[in-house]
Amino acid sequence: MVIETAPAKAYRPVRRSGPAFDLRRLAIHCGLVIVALGFVTPLIIVISASFSSESAITDHGYSPLPQRFSTTAYRYVLGDPSKIVQAYGVSMLVTVTGTILSLTIMSMLAYTLSRNDYRLRRPLSFYVLFTMIFNGGLVPTYILITQYLHLQNTVLVLILPYVVTPWYLLLLRTYFAQLPKDIMDAARIDGAGEWRVFTGIVLPLSKPALATVGLFVMLLYWNDWWLGLLYITDDRFAPLQLYLYRILTNIDFAASNSQLAGTTIAIPIQTVRMAVAVLAIGPIVAAFFFIQRFLIRGIALGGLKD
Amino acid sequence: MSGALGPPATSVLTAGTPDGPETVEALTPERTRSYRRRRNRGSRQRDLTLLLMGAPALVALLVFNYLPMAGIVLAFKNYNTYDGVLHSPWVGLQNFHFLFSNGDALRVTRNTVVMNSLFIVANLVISIGLALLLNEIRDRAPWLGKIYQSAMFLPFVLSYVVITNFALTFLNADTGIVNHLLRHFGASGVDWYNAPNWWPLVLTVVEVWKSVGFWVIVYLAGIISISPEYYEAASIDGASRWQQIRQITLPLLVPLIVINVLLSLSHIFNADFGLFFQVTQNSTTLYPTTDVIDTYVYRSLTSIGDVGMAAAAGLYQSFVGFVLVVTANWLVRRRGTDALF
Repeated sequence: MVIETAPAKAYRPVRRSGPAFDLRRLAIHCGLVIVALGFVTPLIIVISASFSSESAITDHGYSPLPQRFSTTAYRYVLGDPSKIVQAYGVSMLVTVTGTILSLTIMSMLAYTLSRNDYRLRRPLSFYVLFTMIFNGGLVPTYILITQYLHLQNTVLVLILPYVVTPWYLLLLRTYFAQLPKDIMDAARIDGAGEWRVFTGIVLPLSKPALATVGLFVMLLYWNDWWLGLLYITDDRFAPLQLYLYRILTNIDFAASNSQLAGTTIAIPIQTVRMAVAVLAIGPIVAAFFFIQRFLIRGIALGGLKD
Repeated sequence: MSGALGPPATSVLTAGTPDGPETVEALTPERTRSYRRRRNRGSRQRDLTLLLMGAPALVALLVFNYLPMAGIVLAFKNYNTYDGVLHSPWVGLQNFHFLFSNGDALRVTRNTVVMNSLFIVANLVISIGLALLLNEIRDRAPWLGKIYQSAMFLPFVLSYVVITNFALTFLNADTGIVNHLLRHFGASGVDWYNAPNWWPLVLTVVEVWKSVGFWVIVYLAGIISISPEYYEAASIDGASRWQQIRQITLPLLVPLIVINVLLSLSHIFNADFGLFFQVTQNSTTLYPTTDVIDTYVYRSLTSIGDVGMAAAAGLYQSFVGFVLVVTANWLVRRRGTDALF
């Protein structure tokens, strides 16, 4: 079931056929430019809206360039910084700790499973695999975590349930298994133990795979609101995405409340929402240009290797 | 369930470790008794070390994946917090009876299957189309191709909470872009969050926008790995680019397409919770077309508080999902290696 193509070697020598410029090629480029714009426009509109004044949006709607440039929304969001800074802190903590922990324990088990002279390899591989085919579902998990493990409203509940992703674990295992065996055997003959082989040889040789899986895990943690939605009611432990979700669902309520109270200072609803969204995606979009090639390579490899 | 980033297309049952020969032992020349005993003791200790290395991950899987599996007994119980999972009274199939008799099961199953089918078809057609276009310009302007591909891939790294914000800028009844355009052209605006009939289309657009970049990468990698000799031979015979796409590229992509579609079909019972819960803003009026098994289970558990029925719906989903995954993998396996290039 494995297609024998190393990712780098898959790119075959380029064929250059036909003239450099022709109508067909130009038409394809035009089409692709339009499609590409379609994919990035919503992002641009949200960024521009976050820098617009509320009244401009109510009057003229959204546009790709800020109308009546204003930073009111950001000043409003960052004016009472305790909440959003806290949410940022929780997200950072969860993402960093979670990624490191997850990579560490997944690669350790992946190494065990990659050793084809290990007696328990088959049963343990099945043990990992079966969790991908069948699951207990939301209700038992929810009751286990809230009633038995008592993890709700802790940082741990945002980390532990995602700490092992079977698919990434198997990806790492496959990568470890195709590393050259001779170096490891040589090290073992020289008296190196399993730990030494793992940390001294396997991990350094697997940097590309670790980077790719690490980035996917990082995205998983940074983008998660599901665990927060289920298990976090205390605002102190709300990650950034959950904070954004709460703003989305509560903002109309907050707005109607302020009208009831008769205050003249209305919350700039539309722009505040956009400003928080921009703050939530900021790190990801900034990192996107550096990390995307790892992600693309991982997907191309995983898609072909299944 | 969480709109997590796991690559959706993975044949879980077929990902195998290459079974190499056991090199060290076989090649060792001297095999005296004392040597073998020494090796055995060493290997037992080594096995223990390996097990210890794997232990943290094995324990995590035990707690968060295997313990909940035992919890499926809840589907057959009338759960209350006081008695806990073990001592709550058994009620047999009553939860299932209730679930299927009130018509909810039928509705959410239909929505789940119909919407996922729309996603599969739309993603397939659009991603292959885009991959073919990207492939056409790859030889002259690879850097432009990379820019297009990056743009298409960008939404993949965003969470559904953020995407809900994006959707709002388009669909808000007053300030939304779509209604602005509609009014501009003289049509009347639509109150999107109260118009269930539009949502199969809306959700398909959002889903394709978010994930088609992923599939473009998969299919472009598939196209790139086709041997160029086929095309060289074809162009010597005077075949046009369009003929080459129809006669070479698409037929050679079929195995990859079949496998991906089979694997998507095996997940057809699992809806993306983020898409259906966040993007619809959980709007009650949209339930006729957007309520899926996952949102139904969540609501039964959190707002209605009917643990038994939520567990029954969850087990129904897990069980059918299990059957579908096993069947799909069996079909993929049965196609065998000749299913691939």
